[in-house]
Amino acid sequence: MTDGQNTPTLASPAAPGSPPAKLICRGLWKLFGADAERFLERTGGDPSAQQIADAGLIGAVRDADLEVGEGEVFVIMGLSGSGKSTIVRCLSRLIEPTAGELVFEGADLRRADARQLTEIRRHKMGMVFQHFALLPHLSVLGNVAFPLEIQGVARGEREARAMEMIDLVGLSGRETYFPSELSGGQQQRVGIARSLAVKPEIWFLDEPFSALDPLIRREMQDEFLRLQRVLHKTIVFITHDFDEAIRLADRIAIMKDGEIVQIGTPEEVVTAPATQYVAEFTRDVPRAKVMSVRALMTPGDGAGTEGTVPADARVNEVAHEVVHGRKPVAVVDDAGAVIGRLERAPVVDVLAPGGPEPAPATAAAAS
Amino acid sequence: MTALSDAGLPARPRLLRPAGLLPWAGALAVLAALWLAGGQAGWLNSYPDAWILPLRDWVSEAMRWLVKDASFGLFTFKELTRAFAGLLDLPLQICLILLSRGFAVPLGGDAGLLIPPLSWLGVTGALVWAAWRVGDAKLAGLVAGCFGYLAVFGQWNSAMVTLSSILVAVPVGILGGAALGILGYRSRAAERALTPVLDLMQTVPVFAYLVPVLFLFGFGPVSAMIATIIYAMPPMVRVTMLALRSVPAEVLEFGRMAGCSRRQMLWKVLLPSARHSLMVGVNQVIMLSLNMVIIASMIGAGGLGHDVLTSLRRLQIGDGLEAGVAITVLAISLDRLSQAIANRTSTPVHLQADQSYAVRHATWLGIVAILAGTYLLAFFLPALRSYPDWLTLDTGPLFDDLVQWINVHAYSVLDAVKSWLLIHVLIPFKRLLVEAPWPGVALLLAVAGWRIGGVRLGLTVALLTVFIAVTGNWEKAMVSAYLCGISVVLAMAIGVPIGVAAAANERVHRIAQNTVDTLQTLPSFVYLIPVVMLFQVGDFSAMIAITAYALAPAVRYTDHGLRGVSSEVIEAARMSGCRPWQLLWKVRLPLALPEIMLGVNQTIMMALSMLVITALVGTRDLGQEVYIALTRADTGLGLVAGVCVAFLAIIADRLIGAWSHKRKQELGLA
Ligand SMILES: Nc1ncnc2c1ncn2[C@@H]1O[C@H](COP(=O)(O)OP(=O)(O)OP(=O)(O)O)[C@@H](O)[C@H]1O
Ligand SMILES: [Mg+2]
Repeated sequence: MTDGQNTPTLASPAAPGSPPAKLICRGLWKLFGADAERFLERTGGDPSAQQIADAGLIGAVRDADLEVGEGEVFVIMGLSGSGKSTIVRCLSRLIEPTAGELVFEGADLRRADARQLTEIRRHKMGMVFQHFALLPHLSVLGNVAFPLEIQGVARGEREARAMEMIDLVGLSGRETYFPSELSGGQQQRVGIARSLAVKPEIWFLDEPFSALDPLIRREMQDEFLRLQRVLHKTIVFITHDFDEAIRLADRIAIMKDGEIVQIGTPEEVVTAPATQYVAEFTRDVPRAKVMSVRALMTPGDGAGTEGTVPADARVNEVAHEVVHGRKPVAVVDDAGAVIGRLERAPVVDVLAPGGPEPAPATAAAAS
Repeated sequence: MTALSDAGLPARPRLLRPAGLLPWAGALAVLAALWLAGGQAGWLNSYPDAWILPLRDWVSEAMRWLVKDASFGLFTFKELTRAFAGLLDLPLQICLILLSRGFAVPLGGDAGLLIPPLSWLGVTGALVWAAWRVGDAKLAGLVAGCFGYLAVFGQWNSAMVTLSSILVAVPVGILGGAALGILGYRSRAAERALTPVLDLMQTVPVFAYLVPVLFLFGFGPVSAMIATIIYAMPPMVRVTMLALRSVPAEVLEFGRMAGCSRRQMLWKVLLPSARHSLMVGVNQVIMLSLNMVIIASMIGAGGLGHDVLTSLRRLQIGDGLEAGVAITVLAISLDRLSQAIANRTSTPVHLQADQSYAVRHATWLGIVAILAGTYLLAFFLPALRSYPDWLTLDTGPLFDDLVQWINVHAYSVLDAVKSWLLIHVLIPFKRLLVEAPWPGVALLLAVAGWRIGGVRLGLTVALLTVFIAVTGNWEKAMVSAYLCGISVVLAMAIGVPIGVAAAANERVHRIAQNTVDTLQTLPSFVYLIPVVMLFQVGDFSAMIAITAYALAPAVRYTDHGLRGVSSEVIEAARMSGCRPWQLLWKVRLPLALPEIMLGVNQTIMMALSMLVITALVGTRDLGQEVYIALTRADTGLGLVAGVCVAFLAIIADRLIGAWSHKRKQELGLA
């Protein structure tokens, strides 16, 4: 284990300006294989990938640091086998980390004993699974009420709460159905309602939409955004689909072979990739979908503008207005104060990257 | 090594390559030398009595001590077994009262009030209704036909006695098996302890543990039930462990995230999620319990099993056949019913919220209504109470006539066939095995184990073989091996061609599949009846019965193995110009051989389990020893002989299993 465990700095609030951190993890390691802890100690807590492989271990998560802010949608994204499921399970201690620190709501989660952990999971955590993990013998109502039943909540109360949740995810009228009678999308709605029934403080979703076909996936993403607008949960969302990540994320962590290679907003990840690997990933992403108005505006007052757009809007959301307007538009911040102006030219550049650069698809075919 | 040569054709087994042949040749040479030397040193030919380890006496002694002297301080071992028996007797009595004999309330003096049992029509009707609710009209028809048979052919009362013991034994077997399975699932140590016991339980012939049960619990229906439970429970243990293990990891994780306690996890998450697989175990327990019906009647089960056994002993073929068929129809209807229930639980269908209580619980309400209605009606209509005699059919005389006819007209032909085979095949083979010097045979088997599966397997096989000799069972074991071996060869000779045909043709496949399924629901005893009818008692009858019983896996595995050969390899062979026969001989059969060998393995297991039963028709092998032990309640003799049969089975199983595994690896199939 690395030094510095339980030092007071650990639970200190995050940098000023960002929301207070709900969940912090530092120096997190998960090695699968025999005697992993001893191995980690032997190698000074920081073995190289080669050392891990030589020892016959699997480095599912390697030295991961991350902070999830209150009310934030934090997406962890990476290819299959990159360690996403493992890291999210370490965060809830479904999998015991090999080393590292976990701080949840200011308390050291790794020190919680079995009883405390059960309490935390019962009341503060919710999780949605890739393959739904519904109980086949219970109806929709029974499934959604299940976590409350486990806590010993009286039948009337828990069913009322479950009905509320079923309503929220749009499954009213199907509460007596069994999972086998529902489509995949509907089953995942049940999974979502179930995980929300306990009013969790933090919500883990492990590739919740990966098992669904593309149209349904899109619909569920919209549903997810709608829910989040209502609920403002703190969310750790796992996906291997970059489009999904940029649609949903406030911030994205990109994982490769157990390591987090970059954490940033979708815009940062796309415009300033930290490594070649991330650049490869983001190459095909339409910039207009991720760039914010703020990044393209010319600071100043609103002289000579017509109409306003919010600074945090994505370029594609305002493109039509700017391109077809006769004058530049004014850019306003959250409070409605004008902070700059947006011209047509930069927007067009983002929409249709000029110059001889060919479209990505043809580039791939040509090389 | 490369699995397939370039043409996609199987490589030659390594065992048959020149270098691999040396140890075999050596072992055979030693065997031959010992054989010749046997003339001088008698101990080579037959294991000397003076060297026999008195294991069976020790076992008997230990059992006697257990029953007579063992005590746990507060109570003795005997009191414990008594209490256990009493506990099982209570539900059995209740079932018997309900289904078969009613209850006499003494009213002082000679007067008494007889509270009658349930009406036969009511029981049938309730089951048909249940079948219709959980299945479809076809299932309901089947159940009606089966229970109708029981009534019409005068088997009702015996069948209800049998059904009563099934109704008690099955839940106990399920609960006990599930409990042990849960234990094995939760603790590695428990699993490691359970697995070898389960392995042994499934190979020790049933008779072997009838003896200690008889010794501990005495003669009677409860003992029979206990033996049934012991016999039927092991698969449930296995199925439970497997079912719990195969609950998806995500579901377990969900349970932990929801904050389930250990108990909640088991009862609310694991068991319900695994219930479909668990139902497979339930079905197995039911089928095995029914399989035990006849055997259990040897230690006092009564009912249909008793009827079969007595008719068999008196050679009343017709009666025996009727009762045997009654067991079969009982087995078929319970099998299909439990399968229908299993299918229903795997795909539950929601109910409308506004459905009334009556609609939601129609199945149970209907059953209760039918039973109660017919019960009351029967007070006015006695024909409802018990099936009227004058409507009963009896086919006994018909069959007796048939046997008579066959014996008169076909006796000479059947007898000629039988004598020819006995003289030219059975007896020479038997002598070969019995006279072979035991150390040489042990050596040959050990070498086989070593060449196929390595030193460990070789040692295991050698030890098991020597155990048989040391306990003084060598000769009997060789008779068992001969009967079993010849029957297996015969079963394969018949079964493999059928399997080949089934693999080639969809229709044959379907017919074979159905036939094999049905054959496997027949209790093993039923095979004896027609055989004894045609060939009287003796080795030949035993061989025919064993062959018939062991045929099913030969067909099934051949079919399955051939169908499993990859279509690419077949296409490659076709492209290189194989004719259909060449394709079969040179490509498909060799590639399917490992699978077919597993079929041989299964066939041997079935044959060995049938072997003991054929002791009833007068064989002189280990089975007979066990059977004799049963009649004398000689625990030591029964257990040791039973374990020897189990060891024969284990030797065959390990050798063939290892060979098949190795061959599959060589072929790149595993
Ligand atoms: N219980 C385990 N034992 C050993 N290795 C494991 C275990 N669980 C995961 N791994 C390994 O750890 C690595 C990371 O696995 P993980 O399931 O976290 O990947 P993932 O990013 O979620 O992939 P996917 O998109 O396929 O779900 C993989 O190489 C995997 O094989
Ligand atoms: Mg995953």
